[in-house]
Amino acid sequence: MAKTSINKKKSKFPVGIWYLLPALIVFSVFLFYPMFKTLYLSFFITDTRGDAIFFNGIENYTDLFHSKEFLLSFKNSFLFVLYTVIPTILISLFLAVLANEKLRGSQFFKVAFSSTLGVSSAAAAVIWLFLFNPSIGLVNNVMDIFGMSGVGWVTDKSFALISISITTIWMHLGFNFIILLGGLQNISEDLYESSKIDGANYFQRFRKITVPMLSPTLFFVIIIGVINSFQSFGQIDIMTKGGPAGSTNLIVYSIYKDAFVNHAVGYASAQAMILFVIILIATLIQFKVGERKVHYQ
Amino acid sequence: MLKKILVYTFLILASIVVLGPILYAVSISFMDSKDVFSGSLLPSSLHFDNYVAAATAVPIVKFLMNSLIQAGLITIGMVIICSLTAYAFVFLPFRGINIVFFLVIATMMIPWEATIIPNFATVRDLGWLNSFTGLVIPKFAGAFGIFLLRQSFMTIPKELQEAAEMDGCGHFRFYLRMVLPVSVPMLATLGIYTFLTSWNEYLWPLLVTNDNSVRTVQVGLKMMRAEETSNNWPMIMAAVVLVILPTLLIIFLGQKMLQKGLTSGSLKG
Repeated sequence: MAKTSINKKKSKFPVGIWYLLPALIVFSVFLFYPMFKTLYLSFFITDTRGDAIFFNGIENYTDLFHSKEFLLSFKNSFLFVLYTVIPTILISLFLAVLANEKLRGSQFFKVAFSSTLGVSSAAAAVIWLFLFNPSIGLVNNVMDIFGMSGVGWVTDKSFALISISITTIWMHLGFNFIILLGGLQNISEDLYESSKIDGANYFQRFRKITVPMLSPTLFFVIIIGVINSFQSFGQIDIMTKGGPAGSTNLIVYSIYKDAFVNHAVGYASAQAMILFVIILIATLIQFKVGERKVHYQ
Repeated sequence: MLKKILVYTFLILASIVVLGPILYAVSISFMDSKDVFSGSLLPSSLHFDNYVAAATAVPIVKFLMNSLIQAGLITIGMVIICSLTAYAFVFLPFRGINIVFFLVIATMMIPWEATIIPNFATVRDLGWLNSFTGLVIPKFAGAFGIFLLRQSFMTIPKELQEAAEMDGCGHFRFYLRMVLPVSVPMLATLGIYTFLTSWNEYLWPLLVTNDNSVRTVQVGLKMMRAEETSNNWPMIMAAVVLVILPTLLIIFLGQKMLQKGLTSGSLKG
């Protein structure tokens, strides 16, 4: 890139491509190529190294949808999304509305509510594993105070998914809080002022101004929440290892286990394609609605 | 006035709930086993030796250094590569650049977790297992960073570019001397966010490292859980505190920046 003076007449391609090349290489090698390779592998039976041995057609996929284990994983992945996304957004919205009040010291609370963004899935998992400990954990101790008998949160198959969900909700609060607070701050002060003159009370203002004005942001956090929840892995690996009885064997954990523990790479690739399609649909919905938002404004 | 008291009450209660698990982890990290088993909230006396125990049970200091190198390298790579890409989008638009733009958007539809099988094979075949190269290079670019910086670069007046052109200033000098310096706040925001997410990464380091010389601290936590000492909660919590301290510090110092960057990057990009 010796003498690349800015010149309008010549095409900028010979210069521009050098600036784009690093990103294009990383994306091609570690994102596009592996996605196509995964699609390819999903039609094959593989050896333990993960090399394709013989073509298996769509059998990996039909096997998946006849496998009790996978159907449970599939169902629980959706249940997990349901358990985590909406509660996370409701709690984060409550926190954001509180922190958006113009009060002295509100920056302290903003930092406090953002803090879980700094907690990794591994660290959150270890902390909550202690809180859920059947004999010495805080959760059962508190239940004890209220006269309820404690449960084996991560060891009981009817509670394990809920335990993972609670941990995940807590982990995701920080990110959702930051985005929702940003959305709230973008709402013009004038709207509130004029509605006050019209005599609207706090809850009317929240329903008639805050929620509609915030709807693009709310939509964004819902989609990102769905995507993030489907990608959950660390908390499961540390807290339950997919158990008990497969009740927390969510899709990414299932891919990991089939590919790297059971060495059924073709079968795991078929699951990875299903994950891809789910995320693809979520992203396309986000683009479609995001686009409409821009046009209407 | 009544409203003010109500809001403060809620704010304080909410902070206790959100920060509670973190504060409790800190508290446990100073307890002895008797405190833990009696279910007390605060340590009867401060036991700093849990931190020493954590450092000797697994090489936690080594893992912290590894995480620092891993997250630091990803941050540098991400900021350089995303800023180059964003520069081309804003200042070097050529016919057909829309194809590249579309490809960057397409990357947003591919979940990293769905690509781990071939990526593991690639890194293995390149001989990059158990190396920082394998740990960081696959993570060197992202659509979020490119769009965030593209937006920031678009606010740079076109007159600046024209003036640079008059002076015979080449593109690379313009990028290095003009565009990067005026975009420092956005570069810092991207850097902070990338460092946070890279430090907290779990799945990829778990897959490509099985050697203490490159293991990150997140994998270290898993090892600690699996050790026979897994009932030594004060020691484990000491490790947890060491793992989350750097990232919490970043949030304490950079909350406002993150707030600005994440909001503009996610909602307008």
